[in-house]
Amino acid sequence: MPMQLEIVTAERVVLSEEVDALYAPTKAGRVGILPRHSALLTILDVGEMDIVKGNERTPYAIAGGFMEVLNNRVTILADSVERADEIDETRAERARAAAEEALRNRESNIDLAQAEGELRRAMNRLRISQIKNIRRS
Amino acid sequence: MASSREIKRRIRSVKNVAQITRAMEMVSASKMRRAQRNVLATRPYADRLLDLMSHLNARMVGVRKGSLLESRPNVKKVALIVVTPDRGLCGSLVTNVLRRAGSFILDQQRQGREVEVFTFGKKGKDFITRTGQTLVGEASKLGDSPKFTDILGVAVGAVSGYQSGTYDEVHIIYSEFINTLVQRPSVKQLAPIQLPVEETSGPRVDYTYEPGQADVLEELLPRYVEALIYQAVLEASPASIARVW
Repeated sequence: MPMQLEIVTAERVVLSEEVDALYAPTKAGRVGILPRHSALLTILDVGEMDIVKGNERTPYAIAGGFMEVLNNRVTILADSVERADEIDETRAERARAAAEEALRNRESNIDLAQAEGELRRAMNRLRISQIKNIRRS
Repeated sequence: MASSREIKRRIRSVKNVAQITRAMEMVSASKMRRAQRNVLATRPYADRLLDLMSHLNARMVGVRKGSLLESRPNVKKVALIVVTPDRGLCGSLVTNVLRRAGSFILDQQRQGREVEVFTFGKKGKDFITRTGQTLVGEASKLGDSPKFTDILGVAVGAVSGYQSGTYDEVHIIYSEFINTLVQRPSVKQLAPIQLPVEETSGPRVDYTYEPGQADVLEELLPRYVEALIYQAVLEASPASIARVW
């Protein structure tokens, strides 16, 4: 029996479909959600999220957010999410370079935290985009 | 008396103008539908956040210091976010929003409160600097379909200002889109967040929270304010297109 998955960002509903399993990065580590999981509300971390349908596993890069599991429905409120094969590597690479630059010329602690966050997100997107390349070849 | 040739020429020219305006109308109409779709598409996210926050809040006792739910008894400084389109040529839209912003600022100052302003759109920024108000953050040239990340800088500025205690209230003024003919300047309080009281219609399944309940709630709150700001900015877009049209 599959479960209903909905991924929503501030801009739109990104995805709404039936899936067989879901793996998501939480602050406490990676969790796997299978159908009929108990009710859960958790904070998501920057990392790789995988959606499993049948024998197919699709990786996504997620930049944090929330996951709610209730009555065999999973709702992910993502800060930002991208399917691995849709990640624009040049843009991610540029973001990484800019974040590193900001870390070197940091002016305040606020900038520092922000630049660190950006660097993590950029690295995450690059890493996941590369995983997908390896899997494909 | 105009010659029949002149009359024919004028008929042709009127027909041409009619054709051009019809084309313009069609472009505006499709732009506007897209802008309206953009606004509608943001609802599920904000609605879901609101639902979760209300649910969590109903089971909490007291709020943390610096939380976006914490209301401050003594309001000294207020942040105001003014949302205007970049374009002019949209009739009274900009004027109405700015007039509302002006009276809001005066009213606050009369109560002895200081006001600092964030703006979206060039018109708002020009107005605030021209009238000698304190402009602390702005974003302009957002186009007809602003991205969420376009508004995040200003949003984070206002939210963290509230959390750190610099601001005791945060408000936003934008043009609420009623329909293509009516857009109303509207003032909304963003912080402290006013949550509707959750109806106690039977026990709802309770979640396992990771980490704790309060931590999840505190992470939800700033996202909600950001989502509201994004909605307000998006709503100004169909409003301004409707006005040009």
